[in-house]
Amino acid sequence: MAGLKVAPVLEAEIIEELAQHLDDRYQELVRGGASDTDAEHLILTELSENEVFHELQIVERETPQEPIVTKTNRKIVADIWNDLRFGLRMLLKRPGFTAIAVITLALGIGASTAIFSAVNPILFEPLPYPNASQLVTISDELGTVDSSVGMTFGTYREFVQRNKSFEAIAVSRPWQPALTGSAEPERLEGQRVSASYFQVLGVSPALGLNFNSSDDQLNGPNVVIVSERLWQRRFSGESAIVGRQITLNGSSFIVIGVMPRAFENVISPSVDVWTLLQYDASLPSFDGREWGRHLRMIGRLKPGVGIDQARSELNTIARTPLPEFPRPSHAALESGVLLTSLQDQVTRGVKPALIAVLGAVVLLLIIACVNVTNLLLARGANRRGEFAMRIALGAERNRMIRQLLTESLLLALIGGALGLVVAEFGVRALVARSPIELPRMADIAVDGTVFAFALGITTLIGLGVGVLPALYASRGDLNKKLMEGSRRITGGHQWMRRTLVIAEVSLALVLLVGAGLLFRSLSLLYAINPGFETSQLLTLHVQASGTRFDDERTHRFFAESLEAVRHVPGVSAAALTSQLPLSGDLDDGYGVHFESNAPDNPADDRGAFRYAVSPGYLEAMAIPLRRGRLLNAHDTANAPAVVVISESLARSKFQDQEPIGHRLRLGASDGPWSTIVGVVGDVKQTSLTATQANAVYMTNDQWRLFADRALWLVVRARGDAAELAPAIRQAIWSVDKDQPIVRVATMDQRLASSAAERRFALILFEAFGFVAVILVAVGLYGVLSAIVTEGTREIGVRLALGAQRRDVLSLVMRQGISLTLAGVGIGLLVSWAVTRLLITLLYGVSARDPLVFGGVAFLLTAVSLLACYVPAHRAMKIDPLVVLRYE
Amino acid sequence: MTDIDMRMLDRELKKGSAELLILTLVETRARHGYEISKLIEFRSGGVVRFNVASLYALLYRLEKRGWLKGRWVEKAGERRRRFYRLTAEGKRVLAAQRDTWQEFVKAINRITRVENA
Repeated sequence: MAGLKVAPVLEAEIIEELAQHLDDRYQELVRGGASDTDAEHLILTELSENEVFHELQIVERETPQEPIVTKTNRKIVADIWNDLRFGLRMLLKRPGFTAIAVITLALGIGASTAIFSAVNPILFEPLPYPNASQLVTISDELGTVDSSVGMTFGTYREFVQRNKSFEAIAVSRPWQPALTGSAEPERLEGQRVSASYFQVLGVSPALGLNFNSSDDQLNGPNVVIVSERLWQRRFSGESAIVGRQITLNGSSFIVIGVMPRAFENVISPSVDVWTLLQYDASLPSFDGREWGRHLRMIGRLKPGVGIDQARSELNTIARTPLPEFPRPSHAALESGVLLTSLQDQVTRGVKPALIAVLGAVVLLLIIACVNVTNLLLARGANRRGEFAMRIALGAERNRMIRQLLTESLLLALIGGALGLVVAEFGVRALVARSPIELPRMADIAVDGTVFAFALGITTLIGLGVGVLPALYASRGDLNKKLMEGSRRITGGHQWMRRTLVIAEVSLALVLLVGAGLLFRSLSLLYAINPGFETSQLLTLHVQASGTRFDDERTHRFFAESLEAVRHVPGVSAAALTSQLPLSGDLDDGYGVHFESNAPDNPADDRGAFRYAVSPGYLEAMAIPLRRGRLLNAHDTANAPAVVVISESLARSKFQDQEPIGHRLRLGASDGPWSTIVGVVGDVKQTSLTATQANAVYMTNDQWRLFADRALWLVVRARGDAAELAPAIRQAIWSVDKDQPIVRVATMDQRLASSAAERRFALILFEAFGFVAVILVAVGLYGVLSAIVTEGTREIGVRLALGAQRRDVLSLVMRQGISLTLAGVGIGLLVSWAVTRLLITLLYGVSARDPLVFGGVAFLLTAVSLLACYVPAHRAMKIDPLVVLRYE
Repeated sequence: MTDIDMRMLDRELKKGSAELLILTLVETRARHGYEISKLIEFRSGGVVRFNVASLYALLYRLEKRGWLKGRWVEKAGERRRRFYRLTAEGKRVLAAQRDTWQEFVKAINRITRVENA
């Protein structure tokens, strides 16, 4: 037919008509008594390929034709165009099929694209700095503290002067200045940094100047650099911003620069203002802030220097103290240093969750593709006669395959376009409702890369789902194809569809098992006892900022605020603390040196978190007392220094001995000794799952190193804690109206956010699992429906021969059950092997938890059986008389 | 009749009468290709038989000329079939051809009967 130059649509119709004719002829002969083979043979002699061609050619020649352009290039284009039009027509002819296929693909492609757009900036793209791979974080471990504590300024100075691997090193700490002036007072997120900070990152201010190292000294000038965001929002983008004076914490600062709009401060994304540390570089005493462990250190490696090389150099420096660089015992660097690439550090928390979610979405995509392949196979089965005729008439197999692939590609493209819309909504929902703060959030969008990804997988999917049905349908086997019609129960293509369905079921099972494990983890997590009473507890972060607060006034401010808060109606207890458990930023860790230890033997020292609290804190939090007494109002600055320690610290040091009465020292090696007067229960500090529980409590009056400028207020409410927030803020402002009060939340809210990564993964796993179950149900329904349709004759015959209707039901159901059980069985095996990969996200539940495996298997089987029941029910209703008459 | 006769009959006579046969058969109602071929075979007592290719080629030719109109019809439980019916133009052509044919046959009969008599 190729030489006829007939439009493909017309060609298809001619073929269809001829096929029908031959069908009728075959029927007639068989009814007349001829055998199958004789009938076939006879028909083929009646229909001669050449005659058809010849005759049709005559017809075509006689009648006027639209001219067809024959130049080769344009012919190819015309061919493709024709294929597309033909494909589109074929799709539109079957709107039901097309709709299901397109929606399935849209869901799969949309979900994958959305997840990819979140994962891309986090896992794949480098950080938005020049040569970002050369950026590292530097930290060290202190004894048994779970999370590494901060670095000291003194260590920073030593590294800067002794190293050879780094182009620059910088340190930073959080700073939350209160901006006052013409508009509302506002607390800003900021950082105090060394002058080298932006140099390390490799970004300079877009306006104005960078920090100057000569300004970074004690009593240096008050200079700030602001973000573009702040400049636009607070200063209306005024052009005279550089050189402008602003008031932060009561002092006057000069703006010397504005960072570019595209700048991302990945260490602390919401920072709007930077100023200099201005610590005393002469490192006057081991007690001062120059040796406090509260700085983050980052560095830029020299070109060509690898991270391992730098690590070993710094470790060498750590192990070889020099007299020019004296170190206190709590910052002696005995355990060496840790170097991590900045990229890894930033994404570390969220990586396991993202990778798990990536795996889940891949499963979903595969399930969607399998479903569509099945649909295409079924559709191909219905067009068998047409294809066979074409081949008999000399159609090129390749041309047919190309046509079929065009159809499936078209399907995929439509699904992909719809999928992009789904992805756009998905990404917005992801960013808005994500329980975790996704790093690089600004970069998560459906942009060029994401679009290219979507296009890529769409094309692959289009070809992938189409190739199998195309190859299968175009196999030239005229006899079988033409004559089979719709009468046999098991066609050759059925086994492929069954295999695909089994694959679908098993993949869905794996997905659901993942969801189930996460779900159980989360329920167990929420059941953990944090060590204190979390309900009806309101927490707020209060600052005493501004230069008019010296240590004395800071103490007074906090004491008066606490008193005011205690008088608010509805408050049953209130207290202050320098750190809050489960607040997400515990970084105030110190070395604990016990008097009974040999002096200066750091190996015996422990690490612990320091809590400078008001008396009554432990009662307000309902932390149980185990031995001795709690802190009280008598433990003032002039009274003997006392501390209360946590159970685990007591046990690790004293085992069964009595800890009360022993003395210890926090931090500096010539600091004051404090006597242990009590032991309290352990409290979950950094997270619900972290095991670090060492804590040392003292009253803030007795903490003499420095006065904490910012404290947490915890308030136990009689009723709903959240409702008290406005009244409590008012109470504090009645003492001093300029002090910012931030991070107001109930403890229960904090608990929820501490499990954020897992919740994030769980929500997505549940969503994908839900969609997967629907797809599997549809897939099973489709396959069983086809089995019933194609076996209509056989079922009719059985019924006529006396089979009961319920035998028919069980016959069909048995087929469905065998498919389901095969899929579930394989799925369980695959899950057994694969769920290990989720281990970092799981808590308290084994990756092979039998309860989850069993429950999910049961659920999926039940849903599948339901999907099988509908076609089985239809099979039951077949009227044998109708069937046989039709024959 | 012998094979040679059949072929002669096919070529010569059928060329002229084929169109007439088809147009006649769809005059009263629309029919599909297979039905038309069966009817021709049946009503001619097996004398006239179309081969598949020629029949359909002819149907397409008539459709292209606008004398027939084809339409796909789908009945429940069956594959769809293409039914052909007569157009207005086709009716006109049929009437004309019928007259011509009748005149022609009368003329031939007159000659042959006279000779044999």
